[in-house]
Amino acid sequence: MVILGFIFTAIVGLIASWAERKITARIQYRVGPVLLQPFYDIAKLFVKQTLIPEGSFKPVFLAAPIIGILSVIVSSTILWINCVNMKYTFWGDLIVVVYLFMVPSLSLMMGAFAAKNIYAALGAAREMKLILSYELPFILAILVPVIKSGYSVRFSEMLQYQAAYGPFAMSLSGGLAFIVAVVCIQAKLGFVPFDVAEAETEIVGGVLVEYSGKALGIFRLMKNMLLAALPVFLIMIFLGGLGDGFLGLFFGILKYIMILLLIVVIKNTNPRLRIDQAVRFFWGPVTVCAIAAVILAARGL
Amino acid sequence: MKIKTVLKSPWIFHASSGSCNNCDIEIVDCLTPRFDVERFGILLAGSIRHADVILVTGSCNRQAAARVKKLYENAPKPVFVVAIGECSLSRGMFINSYNCPVPLDKIIPVDVYVPGCPPKPEAIIAGILKLMEKTKTGKKPQENK
Repeated sequence: MVILGFIFTAIVGLIASWAERKITARIQYRVGPVLLQPFYDIAKLFVKQTLIPEGSFKPVFLAAPIIGILSVIVSSTILWINCVNMKYTFWGDLIVVVYLFMVPSLSLMMGAFAAKNIYAALGAAREMKLILSYELPFILAILVPVIKSGYSVRFSEMLQYQAAYGPFAMSLSGGLAFIVAVVCIQAKLGFVPFDVAEAETEIVGGVLVEYSGKALGIFRLMKNMLLAALPVFLIMIFLGGLGDGFLGLFFGILKYIMILLLIVVIKNTNPRLRIDQAVRFFWGPVTVCAIAAVILAARGL
Repeated sequence: MKIKTVLKSPWIFHASSGSCNNCDIEIVDCLTPRFDVERFGILLAGSIRHADVILVTGSCNRQAAARVKKLYENAPKPVFVVAIGECSLSRGMFINSYNCPVPLDKIIPVDVYVPGCPPKPEAIIAGILKLMEKTKTGKKPQENK
């Protein structure tokens, strides 16, 4: 089950990352890469030499990408099981998934601090500030579907509730929380405007600066898999799940493409924020919106 | 096999060893919408650890020579080196300078030479394609002589 989940998420994620690059290219009046380009990238990184920088803490440096990818595999498998068969789910899987989605950022930080590089340390410090800023509104936004489904922290119950009463994003509080959550996953994915942690033009790749070969390939795969898993997570808790049956699945894929398009358009129409601007943005307007959404949800709107 | 996989997505690292900036601007031109080298999977890497192809411009002066050598040693293998512009090929107009003792290929092994002052973006793309052509035989170009 886990291996199937891994393969499926990896393929969807790599195709999604191709779509992201292709849409970016079309927005900039370019042609863009071929469909298999993300697969070529990963294949290439796996045949390249993996260098371990002098003075780095080797076990943590090499364990970090593996911890990151394992957490994404487990969380995406939980999501897929909820789409396929609801019998094998457990109570509280929402909380587990929210925690597991935080581990990739932590693994990036771990690897960067172990690398003994000034740029990596700078990137890791920024990543840490970014986590502190976006986790609060993200969890507040997730609280809204939890309240609306009658204080349930189980995906299957939420999906059943949405199947009966319509998706949460249709209500006022749900819509507000959905917008907040989209902004937060933009930061979770490390996309512009919140890519301060790996700003290539500024701190030469930031957290990934010392990674090469297989370790870099695993990190890249992890990020591409997050690009598959995070929108699916949002669809499940806000937009009524991927659906079943031929028509339901069609609309599910349509929802996924809509969210992906939204993320890519935000990415391409905004400049990078400084870290202080990003923190101010998340703790200011975004958190206020999230708190308002929670209050509205608690009052039944 | 290994080299073929690498050349399916060559990420380039741009090292300037004391150039006048003309070649560097022409390299940046390759990445703009008019030439769009991302069609071939070419991306500009920020860190030498991510690089598959090192593009070297400039005349390799005494300060830069040691650093270019260090860059080559820090890149994960297999890595290719492309010398861009007259300066990095033969030191160009600085051939008699006190500050440019040796050309680039005496410091690190060079796979492809792209002449010109500065070379056109078309010439740079042709040079990269030549690298791909030559490595299809499985050998590095300098072994092919």
